[in-house]
Amino acid sequence: MLKTRIIPCLDVADGRVVKGVNFVDLVDAGDPVESARAYDAAGADELCFLDIHATHENRRTMYDLATRTAEQCFMPLTIGGGVRTVEDVRNLLLAGADKVSFNSAAVADPEVVARAADRFGSQCIVVAIDAKTVAPGRWEIFTHGGRRPTGIDAVEFARLVAEKGAGEILLTSMDRDGTRAGFNIPLTRAVADAVPIPVIASGGVGTLDHLVEGVVEGHASAVLAASIFHFGHYTIAEAKAHMAAAGIPVRLT
Amino acid sequence: MTTVLIDYESGNLHSAEKALSRMAAEVEAGAVKVTSRAEDVARASRIVLPGDGAFPACREALFAIDGMAEALEEAVIGRGVPFLGICVGMQMLATRGLEYRPTPGLGWIPGEVVKIAPADPALKVPHMGWNDLVIDTAHPVLEGIETGDHAYFVHSYHFVVENAAHRLAHCDYGGEITAIVGRDNIIGTQFHPEKSQKPGLRLIANFLRWRP
Repeated sequence: MLKTRIIPCLDVADGRVVKGVNFVDLVDAGDPVESARAYDAAGADELCFLDIHATHENRRTMYDLATRTAEQCFMPLTIGGGVRTVEDVRNLLLAGADKVSFNSAAVADPEVVARAADRFGSQCIVVAIDAKTVAPGRWEIFTHGGRRPTGIDAVEFARLVAEKGAGEILLTSMDRDGTRAGFNIPLTRAVADAVPIPVIASGGVGTLDHLVEGVVEGHASAVLAASIFHFGHYTIAEAKAHMAAAGIPVRLT
Repeated sequence: MTTVLIDYESGNLHSAEKALSRMAAEVEAGAVKVTSRAEDVARASRIVLPGDGAFPACREALFAIDGMAEALEEAVIGRGVPFLGICVGMQMLATRGLEYRPTPGLGWIPGEVVKIAPADPALKVPHMGWNDLVIDTAHPVLEGIETGDHAYFVHSYHFVVENAAHRLAHCDYGGEITAIVGRDNIIGTQFHPEKSQKPGLRLIANFLRWRP
């Protein structure tokens, strides 16, 4: 049986983890590679690096990070942030990423998803959707870190990029991100039920029950969280044990 | 002793290379070389064929390399050089694939590569993530890997073998999904051993020591 994935996400800027990972045995909590190794050992199912200050100048830093991580972690690695072109995807895959995530670029031009999927296969193309509630049961895509409205309906857009060949959707609720109040369940469920591809729920996790809700009520195939793991509130093992107790199949290592 | 990893511009070779190199060092299996040259394949003591993306594109790219198809046939079928196919590299062992359009494979293991059709329509395709293996047939490359061990899958098509003896392991995803195929000196995994942590690295180490 396929297991529900738990994916820690590390925000990276200029090659350093923005919110340091608080594991007791880490020598350098700001080093993404060391954090990745710790999560690998802890039984995370995948890892996600998000380059939050992606600029042309610091692209090299991210390629180097991907390479060094892939040398040491034998688990799937997704990299996102500032990915604009098919060439960006190629460079990240060659550097060692397993999946690459489009965000604003896919909103500006959904065809870039099709071009990348045609070239490298859907399995490595993720589309990150940042959505805000604009009315009950209606969610709009916002870009540029949630500052810029687009007028685009999140559910419709998810359907569109799935048709274009996205292999997975990373769905973040901008209403909930950073609140620790739990996933936006109606949004997660609306998108997960609308597309045939896996949806990763993101934004708002504060407790282990929130992870369970994302899967059971939100119909997500995977859950992404940052601070509850980085700050050491919960371990991956605790999260998995909690989900297993709620009847969700997880990979216990 | 050189293990070659064939580079035909299909996806991410980096992880496969790193996993092979690390395990080759551990089991003293010699060098690992990434190559897109038929001559290197002809001289290799082991061959690994990765593959990401669509079956027809992979097949086309592989066969577009001058002399590659002949070198593979001669080494793997002619001389029994140990061969490992990963993901679409495994699917290409089949008689043909049905992704987009019927495309002939290498034809080394009879069967077809067909779209996954889970009995439960709520199950998503691609089949993406960790699934537990059910070992159908014991095999030297699977030594130390047991039913219940997890492997990382990401695919929308899977290999339905003609001869049940060629399926060495499967997993369940609204029906049985072929996970490992093999015959003689040939083995193939639908999942990514290089992404499957401990059981995956174990399989790679076993392959590097395998003397079929």
